[in-house]
Amino acid sequence: MNIFTFINETFLKMTWLKDGAGFLLHFIAELFNLNLSDHWIEILQFFIYDVAKIFILMSSLIFLISYVQSYFPPERTSKILSKFKGLSANLLSALLGTITPFCSCSSIPLFIGFTSVGLPIGVTFSFLISSPLVDLASIILLASIFNWKIAIAYVLVGLLLATLGGSLISFFKLEAEIESYVFKKHFNQNELESLSLKERLDVSFMAVKDIVTKVWLYIIIGVGIGAFIHNVVPAEWINVVLGKEQWYSVLLATLIGIPIYADIFGVLPIAVALVDKGVGIGTVLALVMAITTLSLPSLMMLKKVMSLKLLSIFVLIVTTGIIIIGTFFNHFSLWFI
Amino acid sequence: MIIKILGTGCPNCKKLEANTIEAMNQMGLNLPIVKVTNMEDIMSYDIMSTPGLVFDNKVISTGKVLSPQSIVELFQKHGIK
Repeated sequence: MNIFTFINETFLKMTWLKDGAGFLLHFIAELFNLNLSDHWIEILQFFIYDVAKIFILMSSLIFLISYVQSYFPPERTSKILSKFKGLSANLLSALLGTITPFCSCSSIPLFIGFTSVGLPIGVTFSFLISSPLVDLASIILLASIFNWKIAIAYVLVGLLLATLGGSLISFFKLEAEIESYVFKKHFNQNELESLSLKERLDVSFMAVKDIVTKVWLYIIIGVGIGAFIHNVVPAEWINVVLGKEQWYSVLLATLIGIPIYADIFGVLPIAVALVDKGVGIGTVLALVMAITTLSLPSLMMLKKVMSLKLLSIFVLIVTTGIIIIGTFFNHFSLWFI
Repeated sequence: MIIKILGTGCPNCKKLEANTIEAMNQMGLNLPIVKVTNMEDIMSYDIMSTPGLVFDNKVISTGKVLSPQSIVELFQKHGIK
């Protein structure tokens, strides 16, 4: 076993955790004289392993991400971006979108801030697409649950979608579709005090605590649904709807995912179960992308800044992009698994 | 001295408010807290991400849920006792 495989197995796939969960279950079963069938032990083992693995990964990832993000507040990102033009601005915006902290409740201030430093709206859109779509968490989780090939390909196509989607909106010159107050506002950049190391660590700890308390239930539900699909739902049922042979599977997965809002940590256990049942990897990724990128709450926030026409164009571009990416992954699935 | 929390009411804003109250309790302070929830009013502070923390009219922090401990330190740094 080479060193890369060792690190991968130990820290990402956490195979020891699975063995540990199995050992623990057998121990408990013997201690209380429980008559657990192998099938049940397997189900429970998988459940404990999955939940524990996601919590460990989640806590360490959020800590790491929050720490990196503390160096890239939106004020700084907009300043960096204002020095670039054209496609390179869109690409950089997509890249910075992955490390700039952003929640959909901040979309209005972000829009105004970006616009007031002279950025075309397409650059803001590149940011808005890539920020929820591609982040460190999704990369590591995909590598842990599937493999590195899929993780890296996901990042590349995600950045491509954000760059091209934003450029397309720039190309159509849709500035008139943005609420006029966005342009009227003159923005005085606040001089923010730079943070000390202690403050950065403190903010990162807070973020871990905050997100874990917010999403733990969804993760357990997600793993539960995953286990249910894995053990109970017949593969034929799922394949009728989302199977590889169905031409509409990617389309359907995308449309199902759009209104749903969930954390990537809760969605991936379901994604794995679907792949195990024979659903195409592209179909599953389309579902994950649609869930994380487009959601009703975030669209409602964006509606306050732009016309319904621009919002529809945005949704249409992202949806089309996700469907193309999903189809691409399905087509080349042999190469990825 | 008036403390202001800028935010439309998302969970992070509520959390920051709770932590600010906690920080004041720790220090035995009793300052009025004003919640600024109207987007136009929030934007008049020129911030690019919420929640924002404002002492009088000075923006102290944006886009972060500060821990009570950090807020205590910020109070001390700005001479609020």
